Amino acid sequence: MNALYAFITVVILYLVVYLGVGRMGLETFFGVVIPYAAIVLFLLGFVFRIFGWARSTVPFRIPTTSGQQKSLSFIKNNNLESPHNTVGVIGRMALEILFFRSLFRNTKAEVKDNERLVYGPDKWLWAGALVFHWSFLVVFVRHYRFFAEPVPGFILGLQSLDGIFQIGVPVVYLTGAALLAGVTFLFLRRVVIPQVRYISLPADYFPLFVIMMIAGSGLLMRHFYKVDIVNVKELAMGLVSFAPSVPEGLGFIFYVHLFFVSVLFAYFPFSKLMHLGGVFLSPTRNLANTNRVKRHINPWNYDVKTHTYEEYEDEFRDVMREAGLPLDKEESVLPLEKE
Amino acid sequence: MSDDLAKKEELAKIDFKPPKKDWTDPTIEFRKGSFNYGSNPKNVEYLDLPYAREFDPRKEDWNLPDNWKEIILEGMRDRLMKYRSFRVFMDICVRCGACADKCHFFLGSGDPKNMPVLRAELLRSVYRRDFSTAGKILGKLAGGRELTPQVLKEWFYYFYQCTECRRCSVFCPYCIDTAEITMMARELLHLVGIGIDWITTPAANCFRTGNHLGIQPHGFKDSVDFAVDDLADLTGIRVEAPVNKKGAEILFVVPSADYFADPHYYGFLGYMALFHEIGLDYTFSTYASEGGNFGLFHSSEMMKRLNAKIYAEARRLGVKWIIGGECGHMWRVLHQYMDTMNGPADFLEEPISPITGTKFENAKCTKMVHICEFTADLIHNNKIKLDPRRNDHWTVTFHDSCNTSRAMGLIEEPRYILRQTCNKFHEMPENTIKEQTFCCGSGSGLGTDENLEMRMRGGFPRASAVKYVHDKHGVNLLTCICAIDKATLTPLMEYWVPEVQVGAVHEMVGNALVMEGETRTTDLRSQPYEREEVERDD
Repeated sequence: MNALYAFITVVILYLVVYLGVGRMGLETFFGVVIPYAAIVLFLLGFVFRIFGWARSTVPFRIPTTSGQQKSLSFIKNNNLESPHNTVGVIGRMALEILFFRSLFRNTKAEVKDNERLVYGPDKWLWAGALVFHWSFLVVFVRHYRFFAEPVPGFILGLQSLDGIFQIGVPVVYLTGAALLAGVTFLFLRRVVIPQVRYISLPADYFPLFVIMMIAGSGLLMRHFYKVDIVNVKELAMGLVSFAPSVPEGLGFIFYVHLFFVSVLFAYFPFSKLMHLGGVFLSPTRNLANTNRVKRHINPWNYDVKTHTYEEYEDEFRDVMREAGLPLDKEESVLPLEKE
Repeated sequence: MSDDLAKKEELAKIDFKPPKKDWTDPTIEFRKGSFNYGSNPKNVEYLDLPYAREFDPRKEDWNLPDNWKEIILEGMRDRLMKYRSFRVFMDICVRCGACADKCHFFLGSGDPKNMPVLRAELLRSVYRRDFSTAGKILGKLAGGRELTPQVLKEWFYYFYQCTECRRCSVFCPYCIDTAEITMMARELLHLVGIGIDWITTPAANCFRTGNHLGIQPHGFKDSVDFAVDDLADLTGIRVEAPVNKKGAEILFVVPSADYFADPHYYGFLGYMALFHEIGLDYTFSTYASEGGNFGLFHSSEMMKRLNAKIYAEARRLGVKWIIGGECGHMWRVLHQYMDTMNGPADFLEEPISPITGTKFENAKCTKMVHICEFTADLIHNNKIKLDPRRNDHWTVTFHDSCNTSRAMGLIEEPRYILRQTCNKFHEMPENTIKEQTFCCGSGSGLGTDENLEMRMRGGFPRASAVKYVHDKHGVNLLTCICAIDKATLTPLMEYWVPEVQVGAVHEMVGNALVMEGETRTTDLRSQPYEREEVERDD
């Protein structure tokens, strides 16, 4: 049901671009105004969200330790899983952000007969997520060729590496296919695994559908509709140089692509996609396990009502004396002495 | 064990298939055995907490204050600013589901709201509706949920079915820690006078008498004297165990169960034997007679209020530094919170072992050392004589407690001690130990009799791993370094793996320790050693 809501939203968005470009001929609006608006929303929204998080304080040092602490000389510390210095923290964050360390750990639990729980490795999510994110990144970077003249060498290198198998004319980029495969996998596991389906919201399906539209229209443009990329580059160069002009003959499918890219950018800061920024900010991971070495300051630490030793001794002085425990004050002895 | 608890064969039939009902429906049934009783209003008042009243979770009307909703939402707003963890964790979950089958309560119950992701969504859905742009506009379509009394009841039910063990955070790509979210939810509930008695009453006791059990100073002294007598009977040696002694070098703080409950007590005897043997100048304190801190399960303010006595007492007694006994959540507080909350401990000295001269660099600021760090260092420097054969009647495995492993990284120290004190030591499967350890199922204040079914369910993954090593290696002793573990793994084992008993790491130390002038033939539980072997080699 939640998938359906997301799907309907994507269909409506498709109709918007279909009516706007296909029927009403609003090329400038969809080729210039919307992309600019999307980028502005993205940048402002992203900064706004990061500042929002940064404004919240980190009162306590609460790393989740996933390995041995640094303590005694003869016990080996695991600096990547329980870092004791900044190098360790950077390593731990890098492992997570570049290689999805935690998902690599993933297991699947099953109850076997005879009251037995067994755990098998489950690397599918890890592999699928890696393929999806890395290919998306490469595809994103590759698009830089539309925005720069001359095209920088590393982009050309990346491009030829990406098309290394030389399949088809023009060559199929591995990452283009991988992105579509990755996003499809992420969608399928969401609907196939009962628990994941149960927790999925429209906001979980929506970006997947949008990315499918982007990747699908991109592949169609390259391999089937053969959009004239000279025109595309003209539009792109116009946009980045703030002198936008909309060339003729870009074709409807290009506008579909551009529109859904804009939708993704505009939607990004207001959604779970902000995990891109948030992953850096989890206090459970980005702090070193140096708790007892260096005092962490809580900016809003305030005085609280405690039960002081004086109050405690006042309350229990008689029983303490009887038990032969040392006392700080002996005053209740006085009446006894008077006797 | 309660009679109406289902047979284990029944309980182990777990259905992981989610129900037809959409999760956004908050209706729940307070089923016997799966929830905890409300706080005793007397103790709520004693702690100066708001809206003290009789409260029974099963009753339709919870007598919430008129402006309860305002209070909760205002409380959320406040905490979103105070805790970056809370705000980020509300925003960035992608619901990938990697955490789902990592929670012991989900594995033991199959209830989808026990998946960490969904537990967090119970709160997140309210956050989205009232604090996010999309939710304010789109409401339900953006996954928003209105805060209703029913939602509050659902929070109470499920945030007291989380033991704050942090296992999910190890598997989460964003390290989203459900313990943080549970802590926030419990704080919010306390704002409108909702809490459970098993947390509030120990907290009140601890505030007044210095320990959760409410033992008064003379009672504490009696317990220690009793242990001294016991140890004299067992070993022929009368140790000294000073209490409230000014000018001692070290203050020793243990969880109160250590001197009052079984099997903790054998570990307590172990500490005392060890300290006597190395001639440590230490003191117990009646005022700081509790290392544990149920405030952690209540609110950050309560944690601070209860924790304050440790540094205060160290200052009053004029000790140089502090050692802490075997306890899990106690060490989360000591390691991750104490210095920040009640420090700086600039009146203490950087801890140096008076026996080995080792500087505990890792505790140089907080000035409190874990007993396992202290003992492992003694053993490594050959300062004590050990005869591991005295533990030959035990085939031992080790249960990492959640907090020492995932909130401290104290993983190898206890293992080092066990390998030096026991000949027969076997690890449980790797997915169930160290940073992936499973909770006992009763942590964070949930260890009540009325909650027994949920505890047996939550402890099922741990029990299943123990059963594995019992069947494979004949393990008959589950050692641990946590007072809640010792108290609650005992009935858990009785239920799932009755052949296995529970013990302390320092019980193993106490057994193996060769004391000068001792005359002993039994272990600390008064069970005879397997003597033949020992004598033959002597």
